[in-house]
Amino acid sequence: MPKPILELKDINTYYGMIHAVKGINMEISKGEIVALIGSNGAGKSTTLNTIAGLLKPKKGQIIYDGKDLSHSSAAEIVKMGICLSPEGREVFPDLSVQDNLKLGAFTRKDRAMIQRDYDKVYSLFPRLYERKVQVAKTLSGGEQQMLAIGRALMSDPKVLLLDEPSLGLSPNLVMLIFDLIKDIKKLGVTILLVEQNAKMALKTADRAYVLETGRITLEGTGKQLLTDDNVRKAYLGNI
Amino acid sequence: MKHNNAKKNLLDTKPKKIAALVVMVALVLYLPKSGLLSPYLVRILTMISLYSMLSLSLNLLTGFTGLVSIGHAGFCAVGGYTSALMWQYLGLPWLVTAICGMIMAGVVGLMLAAPTSRLSGSYLTIATLGFGEIVKMIALNWQSFTGGPLGVNHIERPEFFGITLTTFNGGFFYLSIILTALVTLFVYRIVNSKMGRAFMAIRDDSLAATMMGVDVTAYKMKSFVISAAIAGLGGAFYVHFVRFLDPNTFNFDISIIIISIVILGGTGSIPGSFLGAALLISFPEILRFASEYRFIIYGLILVLMMRFKPEGILGGHSHRPFRLMKGVESYGN
Repeated sequence: MPKPILELKDINTYYGMIHAVKGINMEISKGEIVALIGSNGAGKSTTLNTIAGLLKPKKGQIIYDGKDLSHSSAAEIVKMGICLSPEGREVFPDLSVQDNLKLGAFTRKDRAMIQRDYDKVYSLFPRLYERKVQVAKTLSGGEQQMLAIGRALMSDPKVLLLDEPSLGLSPNLVMLIFDLIKDIKKLGVTILLVEQNAKMALKTADRAYVLETGRITLEGTGKQLLTDDNVRKAYLGNI
Repeated sequence: MKHNNAKKNLLDTKPKKIAALVVMVALVLYLPKSGLLSPYLVRILTMISLYSMLSLSLNLLTGFTGLVSIGHAGFCAVGGYTSALMWQYLGLPWLVTAICGMIMAGVVGLMLAAPTSRLSGSYLTIATLGFGEIVKMIALNWQSFTGGPLGVNHIERPEFFGITLTTFNGGFFYLSIILTALVTLFVYRIVNSKMGRAFMAIRDDSLAATMMGVDVTAYKMKSFVISAAIAGLGGAFYVHFVRFLDPNTFNFDISIIIISIVILGGTGSIPGSFLGAALLISFPEILRFASEYRFIIYGLILVLMMRFKPEGILGGHSHRPFRLMKGVESYGN
């Protein structure tokens, strides 16, 4: 196995007294899509927020590219190349599509490269190009999700963290978003995906982890987990 | 898409824009000299201009960054006292004292922003309210330096190239117009820059702004400092205009008038600040016939405004449909 680009070693995160993530170990190799599935309150979003620097782990290390991130600020982590597209499509509602994307490139200075990435995002999401002067709150749910992902891509991330990209979208839009996630992988971006829609996530992901009440209970390739009896019973509706 | 061309705005071309600007500038320069306006009206226009500047300053903080301050008069007071006391003790010309007033207000803005940068919403608003009162109390009680309740009297009028500015020669009017124009340009440039986008991102969603790599605390502080400095400039202008300053010159009422202008005109709208100032400063004058009752009407207008258009007259995004780009059909048909 190649050296992992992102490695979580015994991560423990608390909300005050509540122990939300209890000693997680994960390894993500360059260029793969890794899914993190589990029920409500299992600690999936907490894990992502800890990696992104929004929450500080009480114990453990997050090794990215050989460096420990667990004491860096969220802004520094974005600069190093890890970007989170937060849950619930948190686009800036009163700003235009274009300004939202400009904010995605906030930490970057090289104009030529930024311009190249605009073109990249607009070719990935032509719908956004058509609506680039529109304010984000007038976009449909699917378009807002595209904008949130596009905005995260504007920071030129090495690792993209996606928190529930399919949340609240209609089934055909869910298909579209997952197809786009595969396209983003082809651009060389490593993706860590948190999903409630376990079936789609496992179909898309190269590898996956199952999280239960703050602990990893299973790990394997997407295909292995799709056929695993326990996973099928708990998350796939036992079909 | 034919209708796009047919409905082309009259002021779309650059020469026309420049011509319109020249006409406006000429009109503004001519007004006080024309004899059409009494000194009373010139004074009101000067006040409208001053309040436009103050509400632009607050709009940057409240409308664009989403931090509501109801102690903005405190920054005016810092600028005003700095300017007046520097004249009194050092005899420096207005331009120097006004710039020092601006810097001082900016420094005080930083001092307020640093401990309150983690507060949000109504907690920050209450802190700014307290700040306004603290400034007033210091001015009142530091008698040996500020003159206490007696204030500073007969403050010298600004003088440029040997000409002393007065209301009668229109000097104050011109000065206020120049300052407001500079402040407008400055605020406009900020709003349309990377810094402005960071401010609006913080206003819309500070968590998402953090995720984009915006240092939320640092940008909130920048917004505070810039806003405070502009308010300080306004204060430094005002005290040399009315030539008297005491702790009640910039009291809580002034803060409320400024925030009312921002809300009435439209939060996050630069033209809104002008419209709001024009309306709220001229209302009490127009309604003078109603004597004591005018403040009831004034209050009623604000209440109705909050009920029917809380985003302000020019604020927020209207329900006007967005124009799609050329060749793009609307989605869904």
